[in-house]
Amino acid sequence: MLENNSPVPENDFFIDPQRCIGCKACEAACSECATHRGVPMIHLDFFDRGETVKTSPMVCMHCDDPSCAAVCPADAIKRTPDGVVQSSLNPRCIGCSNCEIACPFGVPNIFDGSAQMLKCDMCYDRTSVGLKPMCANVCPSQALYFGPKEWIAKNRKNKPNNKFQFGEQLLTTKVHLMVDDDRVPVNLDAMDFISTGEVGAREPWL
Amino acid sequence: MAELPISKEKIEELFGPHLNFEPPGGWKAPVEPDAKVKTHCCFCGQGCGIILNVKDNKVVGFDPWDEFPFNEGKLCPKGIKRYMQGSHPDRLMTPLKNRPGVGYEPIGWEEAYEKVVSAIQRIQKEHGKDAFALLSGVSLTNEKSYLIGKFARVALQTANLDYNGRLCMVSAGMGNKKAFGVDRAANSWADILETDLLLVAGSNVSECAPITTDYIWKARDRGAKLIIVDPRITPIARTADLILPVRPGTDSALFDSILHLMIKAGKIDRKFIDEHTLGFDEAAKAVEGCTPEWAEKITGVPAAAIVKAATWWGDAKKSMLLHARGIEHHTKGVDNVLSCINIVLASGRIGRPGCGYGTITGQGNGQGGREHGHKCDQLPGNRDITNPEHRKFVANVWGIDEKDMPGKGLSAQEIMNEIHVGTIKGLLLICFNPAVSLPDTRFTEEALKKLDFFVCIDFFMSESARFADVILPGSLHEEDEGTATTAEGRVVRIKKAVEPPGEAKVDWHIFLELAKRLGKEKHFQYSSAEDIFNELRVASKGSTVDYYGITYEKIEKNMGIFWPCPTLDHPGTPRLFEGGKFAHPDGKARFIPVTYRPSADEINDDYPIYLTTGRVIFQYLSGTQTRRIGFLTKECPEPYLEIHPKLAEKYGIVEGELVRITSRRDSIDLKTKVVRTIRPDTVFIPYHWPDKKSANRLTQRALDPLSKIPEFKFSAVRIEKIENARK
Repeated sequence: MLENNSPVPENDFFIDPQRCIGCKACEAACSECATHRGVPMIHLDFFDRGETVKTSPMVCMHCDDPSCAAVCPADAIKRTPDGVVQSSLNPRCIGCSNCEIACPFGVPNIFDGSAQMLKCDMCYDRTSVGLKPMCANVCPSQALYFGPKEWIAKNRKNKPNNKFQFGEQLLTTKVHLMVDDDRVPVNLDAMDFISTGEVGAREPWL
Repeated sequence: MAELPISKEKIEELFGPHLNFEPPGGWKAPVEPDAKVKTHCCFCGQGCGIILNVKDNKVVGFDPWDEFPFNEGKLCPKGIKRYMQGSHPDRLMTPLKNRPGVGYEPIGWEEAYEKVVSAIQRIQKEHGKDAFALLSGVSLTNEKSYLIGKFARVALQTANLDYNGRLCMVSAGMGNKKAFGVDRAANSWADILETDLLLVAGSNVSECAPITTDYIWKARDRGAKLIIVDPRITPIARTADLILPVRPGTDSALFDSILHLMIKAGKIDRKFIDEHTLGFDEAAKAVEGCTPEWAEKITGVPAAAIVKAATWWGDAKKSMLLHARGIEHHTKGVDNVLSCINIVLASGRIGRPGCGYGTITGQGNGQGGREHGHKCDQLPGNRDITNPEHRKFVANVWGIDEKDMPGKGLSAQEIMNEIHVGTIKGLLLICFNPAVSLPDTRFTEEALKKLDFFVCIDFFMSESARFADVILPGSLHEEDEGTATTAEGRVVRIKKAVEPPGEAKVDWHIFLELAKRLGKEKHFQYSSAEDIFNELRVASKGSTVDYYGITYEKIEKNMGIFWPCPTLDHPGTPRLFEGGKFAHPDGKARFIPVTYRPSADEINDDYPIYLTTGRVIFQYLSGTQTRRIGFLTKECPEPYLEIHPKLAEKYGIVEGELVRITSRRDSIDLKTKVVRTIRPDTVFIPYHWPDKKSANRLTQRALDPLSKIPEFKFSAVRIEKIENARK
């Protein structure tokens, strides 16, 4: 089934965390999927809420040479010809958690009650019929974007990246992560934007 | 009614809010729907298109509606999980009667109607027509909003009808009517995409109008700059080019100073001002002394940042200004709005592609619900209930004698005040949860207990419904046909996906039956929501808010029509004021001078901290619906106190600590969220929760003299560690 002649995808997946508003529409929509009802395969990271409102959504990056598959003792994790790394094959998966531990992006999960690794497969059911992955479809700020590379190059100021160095491991991925542009700092302290003189006069403790 | 009939704990056990995490039949139920219904989300003013999947008369899921032009399939989590409010275990399925000591007893509709009508008649006979009030809400469709306005004036014949939009957009509405002669965002959101400079004031866009974020980013992708005015660094503010974290309640000082700087630098459009506006000289005079140094002292924003904003605004070729409740929820809400409009008019950048202005309306039908006679001073078509010609026109449409039409009534908070005093004895409440949403919760609870008779139409047992003598089970958004009008001014079709469950009824059927029993049947002859809409079209004809040329068919065919749309062959009006033509009879806009004045509450040594309140992404308004949806409430289960580490340090308070917050009204205890993203002299509490954790226990009933909006965005408070708290 995985070896069928899927159409060559014209669209790519881009994560642009600087646009993320932390609304979890992606998790909400993912959990509605017919194949993993009630369980989102995407997660949203809050950085340090004390320091920043910055958040970042995380889908599977779909590595060209996926660590999850490499460490799987049951050979249960397959990659389609068009580069989508699938959830584990149910008959093979032994729920050993190797993949959970090996993935540098923290994507695969052995879900309670299933004893099987499930992960984001970029909505293979939707993309194979010309639809966007559900998270990118609903994302209010389009921090998750699914479309042509050319569109991204033309319309977004920040640049996509799909090479990641983890220690000695270099990974290239199907999914692109947009690098924050230099207009957008991560941490902002409201203190830095207010009038210190006047506030100081009113509030000597500042 | 006096006290609750049974304990609060028992009520919650019976009626919730319980959390619904799963679709009807659970996650394992088959997902293939019988029908897919294209409709709109009910949870904010943007009115996103959404497809509801229906099986066996239950909404079992959603699909993105990619073709709908406003949101193109995008949705926030409230929209996605909205379907979980249907088939909910807390859903009210029969009329209920309040029996002290026993609880809420199911009764038949006949008994319920009889009780309601006899109470209305008794109270009005003994105390006058106006002693029975009606409070409604703008999450209702245009049809229901129109019908309720007519019901109050024709069937109840009370002047005292108002709505929860009084807590929402009325300052913007009043400001827009004064300046432009019409109350609607001047542009469709498509103009955001084309602009060069966006100034967003008092709007947590990411959480309160999430899809608008994409419009703003798309403008920024083209190189547009973004200025945010907000005491908190919200998610959209973090990415802005210029952040102006004003002290709560000081917005007009900022905008007055920007106007001052524009005039001083000659960065105004003199030709536009001369040809298309009146009153510039008076407005200019009012800001003569408003130097950035003066504004810095008031707003707490550095003068240099104000100069930068004024320079950008002055120099822009194309610009848009958007604002929301942050500047509107004040005793000078209208002033704040007008101070924004003044800098827009002075720039001359309105009524052109990429140039304009708008309020980001908050509620599900915040725009349409405020247009057609839902307000105490208003008749359909945003006509004025005190204007003899307007009265005559509408009386004619309604088939009544103009002399029998009540006059201007009291606004929402004023109605609650009169209930507290005892002059208003009876209340019909729908789509409004004042026990959570009105300021000064303790006062509201006292008032609701004083009512001689209280009937509430709702689909869940809201915190307010608990005090009612009779509760009538009404309909959800997805259980009725109708239209709504979005923040853009786009009239969209709300589709019935399912029938109301059990004995619950479509809301307008309830009003028709009540009207009949009040002897006014002949004025309420409708067999469908479309019949009501068609009468609304006629009632709005020739007004500033002209719907006459809009039909259900036309809306569906075009995926929405922007009003005004005066004739059947008219395409609608996405952009207002083209060619500098405004809606006042002389076609000119008005500058209104704005002089900064302080807020109603006072900061002093006992109450040294500014409190502001607002929404979170996961909850909607008083939470009657969203606090019952598992996914949403799990993400944000309770309110909290956002406090800057500097302020927390002063009181020895740490992250997650329970602290007491006290205003001149009341105290509440909440856990802290220590964040650098808020001004250190200001704290924030989200307002969606009831009882002991209600932010509105702290807020006050002071109103804007013109719009009658309460001052939710500024209360003076003190904060104490629990062990040190004064009694």
